[in-house]
Amino acid sequence: MSTTRKRVYGYLAEFPSASALYKAAEKVRDAGFRKWDCHTPYPVHGLDGAMGLKRSILPWFVFFGGMLGTATGFGLAYITQVEIYPTVVQGKPTNIFTVPAFFPIMFELTILFSGFTTLFGLLALMKLPRLNHPLFASRQFHRATDDAFFIAVEARDPKFSPDGTRKFLEDIGGKSIELVEEED
Amino acid sequence: MATATEHAPSPTRQGPKIPVLEREKLILNGRSYHWITERICGVLENRQPFLWWLLFLPSALIAMVGVGLGLTYLVSTGVGVWGMSNRVFWGWDITNFVFWIGIGHAGTLISAVLFLTRQNWRTSINRAAEAMTIFAVMCAGIFPAFHVGRVWMAWFLAPIPNSNAVWQNFKSPLLWDVFAVSTYFTISLIFWYLGMVPDLATIRDRCKPGLRKMLYGIFSLGWRGGNRQWSHYEMAYLLLAALSTPLVLSVHSVVSFDFATSIVPGWHTTIFPPYFVAGAIFGGFAMVLTIMVPARQLYGLHDLITMKHIDNMAKIILLTGTIVGYAYLMELFVAYYSGAKYEMDAFKFRITGPYWWAYLAMMSCNVLSPQLFWFKACRENLWVVMGVAMAVNIGMWFERFVIIVTTLARMFLPGDWKTYNPSYVEMALFIGTIGMFLALFLLFLRFLPCINIAEVKWTLPESDPHHDDHHDHPDQGVETVAAYQHELHGKGAVESKA
Repeated sequence: MSTTRKRVYGYLAEFPSASALYKAAEKVRDAGFRKWDCHTPYPVHGLDGAMGLKRSILPWFVFFGGMLGTATGFGLAYITQVEIYPTVVQGKPTNIFTVPAFFPIMFELTILFSGFTTLFGLLALMKLPRLNHPLFASRQFHRATDDAFFIAVEARDPKFSPDGTRKFLEDIGGKSIELVEEED
Repeated sequence: MATATEHAPSPTRQGPKIPVLEREKLILNGRSYHWITERICGVLENRQPFLWWLLFLPSALIAMVGVGLGLTYLVSTGVGVWGMSNRVFWGWDITNFVFWIGIGHAGTLISAVLFLTRQNWRTSINRAAEAMTIFAVMCAGIFPAFHVGRVWMAWFLAPIPNSNAVWQNFKSPLLWDVFAVSTYFTISLIFWYLGMVPDLATIRDRCKPGLRKMLYGIFSLGWRGGNRQWSHYEMAYLLLAALSTPLVLSVHSVVSFDFATSIVPGWHTTIFPPYFVAGAIFGGFAMVLTIMVPARQLYGLHDLITMKHIDNMAKIILLTGTIVGYAYLMELFVAYYSGAKYEMDAFKFRITGPYWWAYLAMMSCNVLSPQLFWFKACRENLWVVMGVAMAVNIGMWFERFVIIVTTLARMFLPGDWKTYNPSYVEMALFIGTIGMFLALFLLFLRFLPCINIAEVKWTLPESDPHHDDHHDHPDQGVETVAAYQHELHGKGAVESKA
């Protein structure tokens, strides 16, 4: 018998199909659980609504990141070509009317900054990289990236109870319900 | 036959059912999720077929000799080892640059534009097409970097303090190019990598503990398929697709500005941005077919990359090829109709001058060969498909050659006119980049999932949680038929491999 103390992470229940998972997720949401998640090999259409998740706020980050890019492109080109060292090329003016020549750079930097914001914003919102997670200790969890659909309810949730939650998951159609523990 | 006195049939009517066209199946033979995982992961987990080694070793060798030695000789001896001189300052170098960048555009189009237009058939080919984009841009980047001559001064391109107290010319299309191509490479890389994270997790979960598992584990960022992550992930994917669409249009337009913003007849024309973009998509799809048709055969991916996918790609080649052909004819027409002497002469020199053979190659490969795809028999015959794709690759290279070299060889001053011939170093460098592209792509097949596993699973009908909610479906009197695949099956052309 192991003498390491283990904390309970929660219950992991498998569901046979995307439709079963969807219907079960609605029930978990309606039962008032907050700290839980569905694990699927691909994004299931409509599952965000079934789980009661709000729309991602990533677009806001990306918008402001992109606007920063536009400003950077404008600033870089305008300040260097018009203010600091007016660069006269082929007799063309170096004043506010030069700005159309800067549009390609402003556009590209908008997209570049938006792209970086998308990448880092996404990693921050997903809370990844996180190489270690209690669920990886489960024997069946590796199928979440293959062909199985899971619901994991965390013990941190106020509505969690060792027997009540297990029965609840069985009632909504969960199979091979596993108590996942994390090493301390 | 139905008289006025007969009533309209009730929903559960009797009689022959009306055949209704259904969406084509994107995955044949009713494969399961696990089969898809096994088949795609099998490409990189199993021993590579002999043909992989047969293609990889020569490609890697050609890349090392052509690119490695070629560039070393170039930088150590000087740009005079190339064939350029007064006044043909751009030759194979910029031709190759535009050729490779153009090829990259199909990958972004498949990933971004076909995503926004909800073309689910893109899911089987988008990973390989994006990889192709990354490798093509890497090959392209070699040319503008090294054609400057004094490569050790390339840092002059960056807006940092230098001893000459001069800033770069941000009004120049050559510098716009630097921003456009770097942005394109970065965004394509981000899009490709983020798309791969769930698939790398799939491979990680199948690995035995060890170095492989650790590496795939690091690069999959600890992905666990939770819907809270998928929710943000899907938003990021949509945003990147929306960003990449104007990017793919702008990058090749900016590349065309290298020519269009000059004053030389044959270059100074507003048709260039849309002409270049259409040509890029055209050439890129041809390259996608060139690599996907053999890969599909070699790794047994017929159920994932079906004849319908190839049919769609052939149609896109036909469409963009026709647009490119139209652009060629419009150029000729406007040159004539404008009455502008220098413009008319520029095109006379293209057709009858010293490079008439390149113009002929361009016209026949780009305008004539894709017309074969009007015929279904040609789209279904994989040899014809490969032949046309190869012809288009060659034709698109010649298009850039014609645009650049014939124009430079015949500019305003007759005393300047000069024919250009590439040196062996230039030829070796180009062949080296072809080897580099192939070698990188083969390495990609060896180590990374060549098809987007999660997205392909998502396209299966049973992936939609509402697909079995047909209790009160009104069309109970219809029989759905997947027309194209039905026809193929009738001809026995559909392969159903186990």
